[in-house]
Amino acid sequence: MADRTLTLAIMDAPYEAAASTTAFRIIAAALAKGIDVNVFAYEGAVSLTVKEQAPHANPVKGTSVEQEEHPTTKDLVAALLELGRSEPRLNWVNCGLCVDERGAGSWIDGVKRGGPANFLEMAVASTTTLVIPTK
Amino acid sequence: MTASQYVFIESRDPFESPDTGFVADTAEALVARGRSVTVFLVQNGVLATRSGAARGAHLGRLAGAGVTVFADDFSLRERGIEAGELWGGVRPASIETLVDLIVRPDAKTVWH
Repeated sequence: MADRTLTLAIMDAPYEAAASTTAFRIIAAALAKGIDVNVFAYEGAVSLTVKEQAPHANPVKGTSVEQEEHPTTKDLVAALLELGRSEPRLNWVNCGLCVDERGAGSWIDGVKRGGPANFLEMAVASTTTLVIPTK
Repeated sequence: MTASQYVFIESRDPFESPDTGFVADTAEALVARGRSVTVFLVQNGVLATRSGAARGAHLGRLAGAGVTVFADDFSLRERGIEAGELWGGVRPASIETLVDLIVRPDAKTVWH
């Protein structure tokens, strides 16, 4: 277990806000520094990990799926979970009520279901907590 | 008085969000009370960092008042803003720098 833990609460849905990318960068940088990371995905952010996401071609540019190399958020989160598989650890919790509202319960391996009480527990046990709200 | 280190992460475009003045005002007020304050500009928050930008004059003022002002290097590159163009007192910084700032036990971090 690392001696420092960072907890993030994120709320933006995939493919909408630059804050999602910034959150991913913060998570990756913290893990690279040996810092444990908790993520509480709330509201639209629970869709970041939906496993049916598929990359697409770009008909305007005439590029194929392979040429476009469109990154999906579920692949980005999967890569972060791989970085945080053991020491340091990435613990990713999706808000269960938010998931149910959106029918977004089919997600990639390594993601857990939880609720605001879990966020409170994570925040209390962490060195610091950063809440990234929707605008 | 606590020894808290305040970190304000400003993600909003000052040309679009007039409430970015809240961060600058709060940072200045905290420094005036002897607190350590860093403003870290990220995403469209870096759009006012070009020297001479109409909404960026407060950045030089903040630095002059003792606030540490960083601009995310990735966000600057995405927007074609080079280090030599920045207001005096605004320094490019990496996301690793931000992580170091916010994981200090005495850090109080606010995202705007």
